[in-house]
Amino acid sequence: MDQGTNSYRTGPDENGRFGLFGGRFVAETLMPLILDLEAAYEEAQNDPAFAAQLDDLQTHYVGRPSPLYFAERLTEHYGGAKIYLKRDELNHTGSHKINNCLGQILLAMRMKKTRIIAETGAGQHGVAVATVAARFGLPCTVFMGATDIERQKPNVFRMKLLGADVRAVTSGAGTLKDAMNEALRDWVTNVHDTFYIIGTVAGPHPYPAMVRDFQSIIGRETKEQMHAREGRLPDSLVACIGGGSNAMGLFHPFLDDASVRIIGVEAGGHGLDTPDHAASLAGGVPGVLHGNRTYLLQDGDGQITEGHSISAGLDYPGIGPEHAYLRDTGRVEYVSATDTEALEAFQLITRLEGIIPALEPSHALAYVSKIAPDLESDHLLVMNLCGRGDKDVFAVAEHLNVEL
Amino acid sequence: MTRLETCFETLRSQDRKAFVAFVTAGDPDLATSAKILDGLPAAGADIIELGMPFTDPMADGPSIQAASQRALAAGQTLLGTLDMVRAFRETNDTTPIVLMGYYNPIYIYGTERFVADALAAGVDGLIVVDLPPEEDAELCLPALAGGLNFIRLATPTTDDKRLPEVLNNTSGFVYYVSITGITGSAAPQQQDVAANVARIKRHTDLPVCVGFGIRTPEQAKAMSEISDGAVVGSALVDVITEHLDAQGHAKDTLVQSVLALASSLAEGVNRD
Repeated sequence: MDQGTNSYRTGPDENGRFGLFGGRFVAETLMPLILDLEAAYEEAQNDPAFAAQLDDLQTHYVGRPSPLYFAERLTEHYGGAKIYLKRDELNHTGSHKINNCLGQILLAMRMKKTRIIAETGAGQHGVAVATVAARFGLPCTVFMGATDIERQKPNVFRMKLLGADVRAVTSGAGTLKDAMNEALRDWVTNVHDTFYIIGTVAGPHPYPAMVRDFQSIIGRETKEQMHAREGRLPDSLVACIGGGSNAMGLFHPFLDDASVRIIGVEAGGHGLDTPDHAASLAGGVPGVLHGNRTYLLQDGDGQITEGHSISAGLDYPGIGPEHAYLRDTGRVEYVSATDTEALEAFQLITRLEGIIPALEPSHALAYVSKIAPDLESDHLLVMNLCGRGDKDVFAVAEHLNVEL
Repeated sequence: MTRLETCFETLRSQDRKAFVAFVTAGDPDLATSAKILDGLPAAGADIIELGMPFTDPMADGPSIQAASQRALAAGQTLLGTLDMVRAFRETNDTTPIVLMGYYNPIYIYGTERFVADALAAGVDGLIVVDLPPEEDAELCLPALAGGLNFIRLATPTTDDKRLPEVLNNTSGFVYYVSITGITGSAAPQQQDVAANVARIKRHTDLPVCVGFGIRTPEQAKAMSEISDGAVVGSALVDVITEHLDAQGHAKDTLVQSVLALASSLAEGVNRD
């Protein structure tokens, strides 16, 4: 935080730091490109043509603004806070990931890069990348852990239909962390022509800030929509966190609105008292991985441990560095929800609102279910429904012991 | 003078080039790894790069990734790696040892404590892949202040504008990464490497060694002809992999096979 202005929204500094967190911890081969990217992004931010092109695509290709929906039956069910859902699951491709991918692919083309790579966990980011790559005619390779490929088959096929080359990563546990390692290895090898579209608010500077900026459209719309509906700010915001891009997108425009309580929900897996969770803030300590310093799940020797979550999109052992900073400053509360709680929430919202959510935002809803009943009826709560659940239907059936 | 400076001065006076051998500490198990380390100087290694295993070696190809995993599975820790160096120093006080790896285990160990313990163990220099000059305050400056050499990687993407920044605070030698890529991948082109080594030498008086993708005595010779030395890692590690039994345990032939390749590489480096 910039102490002089008392704002939580001024980061990162010129070294890419949010307080202790962030930075540029990458191999020298990538360093010149990271600096080029920073310059190109700055230039694009000052170019009205870039913003105009992005706006046009957000409107006509993605379908923004996404609705801010009053969830009447959920509200009745809990009998407390007035619950609104920010419907980013209605975006083209079914999640918030497209917001960022469009911004980054426009930047890639400005930088004359001719090949796109990405990592993916649940496949939501991979699908969004494959989509924009198809839209703009660029070849695209998506790295995905072999374990995740197994549990996210529908998204794997979608990526392939869109023309992406999906590479199975077998190193480590074959999940998101390993996919990111492999994407970095590809990038370092093909640095001359390749643009790496990172899917979350992590990685070396300027990625955390850039992805946040592209996702902040979620929070800006929410602010306007809530003003139109209720004539004031919401009282609380709730979003799930893996790397933390949907949460950062919702939270950032509200960080300096002191009356707004902001809550991030990490994946509690089998419980924080077990080793099987992906709650980096609750169970990790600061370390350096994938280009930035942040809270990481690791052992006493600095070896990274595998996160676990029922949701392939949340089982990353780290978290975006700006979240680490917001936790340490106390501006945002970070809590967790377990696999079981998320599954219950998944079924509840499906039955009550006719919306099948992804397992990721089901974690956010699980936490809403803990606090909503005790809040006043004029308390305005916004939950980011950042993805739809089509991709999870098979996995959920398995967890519920239903044979399809 | 540090062991590294003495080493390069001796090589220069003998008109020889450096053979730098890389192995991962603790691969495939702690005892076998120590035997390899102890045997490398006699096999002709002028400098030893000892890999500090890490779960997420982003700059390494499959060979060294697997070496890291084997070492970690065998129980290697950063403390264990320093112990290996300490034991090596009981019988060898001349061959420089450079620890190579990633920042997180050092950060968790504590940088000040690490610099002090590394010096006390007899470590001469550090190569930390994910610490570019932009992050010098983290470890490079404390290491230099403590008396360790900090060896920086220069790459084909490091242009003339950036080179001075990369070379600033670099000591011991410069490690030129001969390809854009990960360890053990494509073979470097002598002509391209020669031009880049010459470019680096216009900016520094430090020795320049070349690594990444060098596998054979012939390649080692080609690379050392146009530089001050050649680094070989993945090819040595592959010999370890080839000499594991079905349970992943070291066969009796492992150590001598690794050292045999080291000897032929060392001979290649200085072949006329």
